[in-house]
Amino acid sequence: MLKRLSALWLLLPALLVALWHFAVDLRWVTEGIIPSPAQVLRSWHTWIFGSSTAMLSPYSGTWLDNVAYSSRRVLQGFGIAALVAIPLGLLIGWSRVASRVVDPTIQLLRPVPITAWLPFAIAVFGIYDASALFLIGLGAFYPIVVNTTHGVRDTNLLLLRAARMLGAGDGTVLAKVVFPSALPSIFTGLRLGIGIAWTAVIVAEMIAVKSGLGYVLWDAYYVGRMDICVATMFSVGLLGFVSDRLIVWAGRLVLRWRTLEAHG
Amino acid sequence: MIEIRGVSKEFAKGGRRVLALQEIDLTVAEREFVAILGPSGCGKSTLLNMVAGFELATQGLVKAAGAEIVAPAPSRGVVFQEPALFPWLTVMDNVLFGPRVLGQSALEFRARAARIIEQIGLSGFEASYPAELSGGMRQRVGIARVLIMEPKLLLMDEPFGALDAQTRALMQELLLGLWERHHQTVLFVTHDIEEAILLADRVCVMTARPGRIKKSIDVRIPRPRSIELTTSPEFNALRREVLELIREESLRAAMERIGA
Repeated sequence: MLKRLSALWLLLPALLVALWHFAVDLRWVTEGIIPSPAQVLRSWHTWIFGSSTAMLSPYSGTWLDNVAYSSRRVLQGFGIAALVAIPLGLLIGWSRVASRVVDPTIQLLRPVPITAWLPFAIAVFGIYDASALFLIGLGAFYPIVVNTTHGVRDTNLLLLRAARMLGAGDGTVLAKVVFPSALPSIFTGLRLGIGIAWTAVIVAEMIAVKSGLGYVLWDAYYVGRMDICVATMFSVGLLGFVSDRLIVWAGRLVLRWRTLEAHG
Repeated sequence: MIEIRGVSKEFAKGGRRVLALQEIDLTVAEREFVAILGPSGCGKSTLLNMVAGFELATQGLVKAAGAEIVAPAPSRGVVFQEPALFPWLTVMDNVLFGPRVLGQSALEFRARAARIIEQIGLSGFEASYPAELSGGMRQRVGIARVLIMEPKLLLMDEPFGALDAQTRALMQELLLGLWERHHQTVLFVTHDIEEAILLADRVCVMTARPGRIKKSIDVRIPRPRSIELTTSPEFNALRREVLELIREESLRAAMERIGA
């Protein structure tokens, strides 16, 4: 039964694509603005596999380069965010003093959307990678730090007492009890963070740098290539999906004891 | 070994001060097995937490081996009601948590761990995670990780309270066997009359809140003891005596609740 149902997820996407196809084919939408699914597929194919020199088109054979630009930025920004946010979250959750000093500022800055930081980022860092990395890092930072803090505060009191009575000092308790106990929350934060990182990279590349999928998206819109816009949307969606799966997979690997609990 | 002098404990509860323990005096001799018996909410766990060093007394003095207790220490091992194992560590790594923290040599503690895991009957489960074990097995790991520290004092807070009756009986026999071998000083908190009499040299019956020690009863039943003992006449006589004390307390607590 389950096996037969596993193909069921295809139904809705197929319906949506069919609707899209007929909407264009039967002229329900204004002609020439919305490309058909087939058109998007053709353009996407050329964009990936086309010769990059022969046609002198920015949309032939440049897909992989742009994917690499965006992915590298996401990876760097996200990596920096995780490296700062996880230790900081541990500290805020652990120390009342650190919480009083740092947490209110984070909570005040958090509601400022990363898009609102754009002019500031460009003014400070210029139209360079640093602007993009700043926005991506900042966007990913918040969910990671908040979830890490929560994870630390949720640590079972009995486990802390058990560690203490076995002779553990502050450092050991933090490293051997609080950190592993907060790991599930940390992974939740990382998943939310990578999602925001992809949002941020597109915004940043649209305005603050001159390469990557976000740049292509905005540029294609200006020259009226909606087919490339749609192909870019799918590309970003796909990359976001894959990176999310990677984090989930890494989480399962690290939190093997937790899947045992769920089945036990 | 343990010296509790004039200890009171107050809690702040919703803006009100609640007196949990009042004027407790208790001395536990070296190698003595003392059970603290009382109705739920009488503060018996609080008393144990103070000896463990998890909580501090509002008034009075708590000492172990002549020194005032201000923090937890491996010389005072605690077995909790929930096993409180580290779920991300295997049975072996849970048992080795303490020795590793103290930086003891792996060569030396490996052998000791194997011996203790064998004593508690968990050989073959060294690589299992707590989630893969039954409640009784988990509690045995909770005992093993404390025993490996070779504590002078063993503090047990209703350790078998969450287990089913059969597992509980098995665990009581296991503990009796372990105690014959190691002979630590034990402070054992429980609300189970039979368990208290079966295990302890002395049963301290506590009053309902605020908790005081109502009476201390010596259990003069020879060791080694076994579960069959619970049907003997002298066991029954003790049980009747304790039951009477507990009933008085439960009644008093109930009367206070209805404001009589």
